[in-house]
Amino acid sequence: METVTMTLTSQPELFLECYNVTPDQFAGKSLAEIAALPAHEGKIQWKLGDFFKFDGKAGETAADTKIVVNGDVRRMKRFGQKMSAGEIVINNDTDMYIGGWMTGGKITVKGNADSFLGIAMEGGEILIEGDAQNHVGSAYRGDWRGMSGGLIRVKGKAGNDIGTAMTGGTIIIEGDAFIHVLTHAEGGTVIIKGDVEGRVGGQMVKGDAYIFGNILYPLPGFKKIATVEKEVDGATYTFDQFIGDLGERKTKKKGEIIYGNIYLKK
Amino acid sequence: MSELIIKNGYVFDPISGLKGDKADISVKDGKIVDKVSNKAEVIDAAGKTVMAGGVDIHCHVAGPKVNLGREMRPEDKFFRGEYRGGILKQGKRMEMGFSIPSTWKTGYAYARMGYTFTNEAAMPPLLAPHVHEEFRDTPILDQAAMPVFGNNWFCFEYIKNKELENNAAYIAWLLNATKGIGIKVVNPGGTEAWAWGENCTTINDPVPYFDITPAEIVKGLIEANEYLGLPHSVHIHGNNLGNPGNYKDTIDTLKLAEGTKAKNKFGREQVLHNTHLQFHSYKGTSWADFESGAKEVMDYVNSNKNITVDIGQVTLDETTTMTADGPFEYHLNQLNHIKWANVDVELETGSGIVPYIYDKNIKVCGIQWAIGLEIGLYAKDLMRVHITTDHPNAGPFTRYPRVIKWLMSQKAREATLDTMKWKDKVIAASNIASMDRELGLYDIAMMTRAGPAKALGLSSIYSLTKGADANIAIYNLDANKLPSDPELIEAAFQNTAYTLKEGVVVVKDGQIVAEPPKYTLWTKVNMPENAQVMHDIKEKFSRNYTVNLENYAVFDEHVHNARAIELDVA
Ligand SMILES: [Zn+2]
Repeated sequence: METVTMTLTSQPELFLECYNVTPDQFAGKSLAEIAALPAHEGKIQWKLGDFFKFDGKAGETAADTKIVVNGDVRRMKRFGQKMSAGEIVINNDTDMYIGGWMTGGKITVKGNADSFLGIAMEGGEILIEGDAQNHVGSAYRGDWRGMSGGLIRVKGKAGNDIGTAMTGGTIIIEGDAFIHVLTHAEGGTVIIKGDVEGRVGGQMVKGDAYIFGNILYPLPGFKKIATVEKEVDGATYTFDQFIGDLGERKTKKKGEIIYGNIYLKK
Repeated sequence: MSELIIKNGYVFDPISGLKGDKADISVKDGKIVDKVSNKAEVIDAAGKTVMAGGVDIHCHVAGPKVNLGREMRPEDKFFRGEYRGGILKQGKRMEMGFSIPSTWKTGYAYARMGYTFTNEAAMPPLLAPHVHEEFRDTPILDQAAMPVFGNNWFCFEYIKNKELENNAAYIAWLLNATKGIGIKVVNPGGTEAWAWGENCTTINDPVPYFDITPAEIVKGLIEANEYLGLPHSVHIHGNNLGNPGNYKDTIDTLKLAEGTKAKNKFGREQVLHNTHLQFHSYKGTSWADFESGAKEVMDYVNSNKNITVDIGQVTLDETTTMTADGPFEYHLNQLNHIKWANVDVELETGSGIVPYIYDKNIKVCGIQWAIGLEIGLYAKDLMRVHITTDHPNAGPFTRYPRVIKWLMSQKAREATLDTMKWKDKVIAASNIASMDRELGLYDIAMMTRAGPAKALGLSSIYSLTKGADANIAIYNLDANKLPSDPELIEAAFQNTAYTLKEGVVVVKDGQIVAEPPKYTLWTKVNMPENAQVMHDIKEKFSRNYTVNLENYAVFDEHVHNARAIELDVA
């Protein structure tokens, strides 16, 4: 695998949309061609080279290309948007929409990511070593198609709207989360190893939430049906199993009604 | 004095009888003229196709319903093209949205396709100012809007009491108050019934409380329309839209026009325009045995000259459905569970909005696609069958070039059929695969400008006849040597070589180069004031409306560059 290292040389006045920083866009290009790729600051179109200097070499294919991002990129959005393969490592905190709509490959953020992390993601892996903000693995605003595949792991805590309208894939938040988990979900798994303030599974048709801590304000649309043992993220625990959202429409599979599940660790 | 001549193009103008012969079109001061001096600017159209500007007889492009769609679908704007268009020196404008584009994109995209007129299909009278405000912000296009009358309490009462003159006077008053062009009817009686949680699915279901039927409503409105002699006929979206088996209800609705002749000074021959016929031509008893009823419906349309229709072609896209048919949208949401908005407009109408994906891998969507094309291909008189997608209901208007491609090329239809997961079932439930008819450019000119213009009573403005506005589309298509690759036909209709608006080049090689003034067309009926109707209006406003009569009508300064189509009623 070849590596391109991009280092911040100047800050934008507003925020810079780095939608072209993907192994797919870099692969097969010279450093000069990469530096000439467009990036937007509001309505102004710049080149990536106006803000970063580039070293190293891109691979022939996306799968063969790794990108390392250095510098204070807290005002840089959309790294890895729509990427299909390869790897991105961001060595600091970064802004919104990291890995949105990605279909493959891996993104690692050594610091915090902001909101809309991995929204509508279809595949691949995102690892955030710090915290994430709101809308992790959700649908884009207004859309009904959330994360459908892949894995997002946040080592710290996360905000609200985790896995909204999710249909597949896995989100793991190792710390606490705020409100709205798996709202409107039709599939997928969200594991929260800390506490949640509330509103887990509202209008959920299908999907699994595993909560290791407390749900401060549980929703009335769920009822307890069993106590079960489950293997989650490599270890086995005992959970109370709740089904719901009982106020939402139900689908059937092979004659059986499908519910969403909340597994609350005992 | 500005002069211009378009030389050596293949000209198709069914209104003036030009069938693709090489001809020169002369323009002076924005109008079509017989000839110009040798100082005239020359546009060389050799090897190109020349038509009048396109006329869209039915689309939802402006107003509160369209804007609610924009509000509830931010995702419709995402990853959808250039985002900015227009003229650089004016500062480019936002061109956003796919199925519910911004006003700016609406104007630019129509102009790039060679269209210069659109008819907004459903203006809620109470909210007419919003429609006119969006017209102001839609560049280049002349526009008009039809207020909805099919669930209006005044009309219900006048029709029930058989007060034709009063009904006509009220309609004339409302056209003036809203600056509307003609009478739109949506699910007659059904939208009012929906306010009671009910619907009218046949023309004989009584409307709750008012105790009249959709049949009486439609007949009463046709009678009033011809009494007034409006430029356009009654324009109807009938009962039971979108349900299997509804082709019978559709033929029942069409039969309401029997025995009535058009009476007007605008050259219009029909008394009823049935819009988006595709949604009304369904056979079967459920979605399981759903099949095409296009043949049955078109047999009726073909043999009854006082009817026009538009297609409402499904384009196989993700789009946004929006209609004044509130109950229909509720039922659609029960099918697809995406998201739904519903609005009631007091005393007048309502509406609903639901996003929808016409997926080529869903059998029903494939059959709907086939039905629309069958309507075009079964048509005997293409002046009476117009191309629409009921934008955005069956697909965005930006797909008209694709619809044209499908109608002109069996190869293109087969290629689309081949991409369908349930191709065999679609073929079994329709006749599309056996239809080898391929329409020509003259046919397309009838379906996209001459026919709609005539049905709207506007062919003296929107054609290439002497005195008409010089709205002209020049396409990169050699009429004598049409490309064998149907994709090139679609591409040619997507971006004109030139579009002219009142003699000004507004599009050149697919790029917007000018934004000259545009008009809002409306129908001004000159008739003596009707004291009874004015009394009824005042009474209803003080008793039932939440607004005062004084605040109801759109202000003259609200209406952008108004151009009245005038007529006198003694
Ligand atoms: Zn419509």
